[in-house]
Amino acid sequence: MLDFSILTENLDMYLLGFKNTIMSSLVALISSLILGVLIAIMRIAPIKPLNWLGTAYVEFIRNIPLLIITFFFFLGLKLSGLYAGTLALTIYTSSFIAEAIRAGILSVPKGQMEAARSSGLTYGQAMRLVILPQAVKIVIPPLGNQFINLVKNSSILAVVAGLDLMYHGDLISSRTFVVFDVYIFVAAFYLILTIPLSFGVGYLEKRLAKSN
Amino acid sequence: MDFAGAYTPDNLKFLLEGFWVTLQVAFISIILSFIIGGLVGIIRYAKVPVLSQILALIVETVRNLPLLLIIFFTYFALPEIRIKLEIIPAAIVALTIFESAMLSEVIRSGLKSIDKGQMEAARSSGLSYTQALIHIILPQALRRMVPPIVSQFISLLKDTSLAVVISLPELTHHGQIIYGQSQKYLIPILILVALMYFIVNYSLSLVAQRLELKRT
Repeated sequence: MLDFSILTENLDMYLLGFKNTIMSSLVALISSLILGVLIAIMRIAPIKPLNWLGTAYVEFIRNIPLLIITFFFFLGLKLSGLYAGTLALTIYTSSFIAEAIRAGILSVPKGQMEAARSSGLTYGQAMRLVILPQAVKIVIPPLGNQFINLVKNSSILAVVAGLDLMYHGDLISSRTFVVFDVYIFVAAFYLILTIPLSFGVGYLEKRLAKSN
Repeated sequence: MDFAGAYTPDNLKFLLEGFWVTLQVAFISIILSFIIGGLVGIIRYAKVPVLSQILALIVETVRNLPLLLIIFFTYFALPEIRIKLEIIPAAIVALTIFESAMLSEVIRSGLKSIDKGQMEAARSSGLSYTQALIHIILPQALRRMVPPIVSQFISLLKDTSLAVVISLPELTHHGQIIYGQSQKYLIPILILVALMYFIVNYSLSLVAQRLELKRT
């Protein structure tokens, strides 16, 4: 049976880690959304060098492990674990977000842009008023999934002493000499975050699929 | 930064040896995950009573946990209940548990994407449910599943790096050993390690893209 005294006696440490995991995920979410939108715009803007740059960024970052990016900031630039991890999460996730947004924009039929342009809107206006509102619907479920991944990936902070939930689990287990029970509670804290998110994304997916 | 010092033939050989372990561990794990995930996906698709609910619960739990936690747990926590695994088996077990859950969802949604009429037509032409599943639904679904399975393999190749926490002698770990000798090697080695992952994963993603284009 699980020893619940481990949870109750170390609750402050669990909660501190939990809080840092949430903070780091939220900061990384917001910054990777901004960065992801910028990169997506670079990739679809009618300017060739920007396209190349955006593509190079997405393809490179997507295809290397998050851990390598984290090590680069932590060991290379000597940032603290929390900052290095959050920054790496932002960079890594932004490439997936950029890809999801680009796919959403490209899935809007071409005729929409042509019709908007020929009715007198500029490229920017057509994008903002006609294409993007339609793309948002398609983009929301994959963005939700990216957020779930982001929360799970934030455990990478533990590898660089980033003060997150996993890291505090590590501290508690080296204090109590118990591993199994300590990490079952760590897992429970992660599930408190990710399960509702998963259900939320599943619900949105169903609703948006119905409205089409 | 000392590129020449970092890229000696010995170091390059050492990194390639690490990469070989990465590829082997990822390959064994994806094969095992395909088998387990396939069974789970089919059971859930067929809505086998009780069993499919239990599996749904397990899949949702595993999918929503960080892989790092699963790796850590497999190697450090399981010995407390007398399941002691060596490093390489522990890494393979952890990656397989996580990846089976992911692949079971890929396989289930692949099966679900086949038009219902196919099953109805097969059943009304006299095939049993199992026969219809094996001969009609699965072959069509498998073709659609190939691109997402390749993407999962790419994730798996990247995720293998997380096993540095249990000192699996793979690429990232071998990189750590080299730059552990001197801070001057850090950036050159990180760049090279990143490029090695990139080359293999990018090539695989091009294959997945080509397969996807062929399908549509």
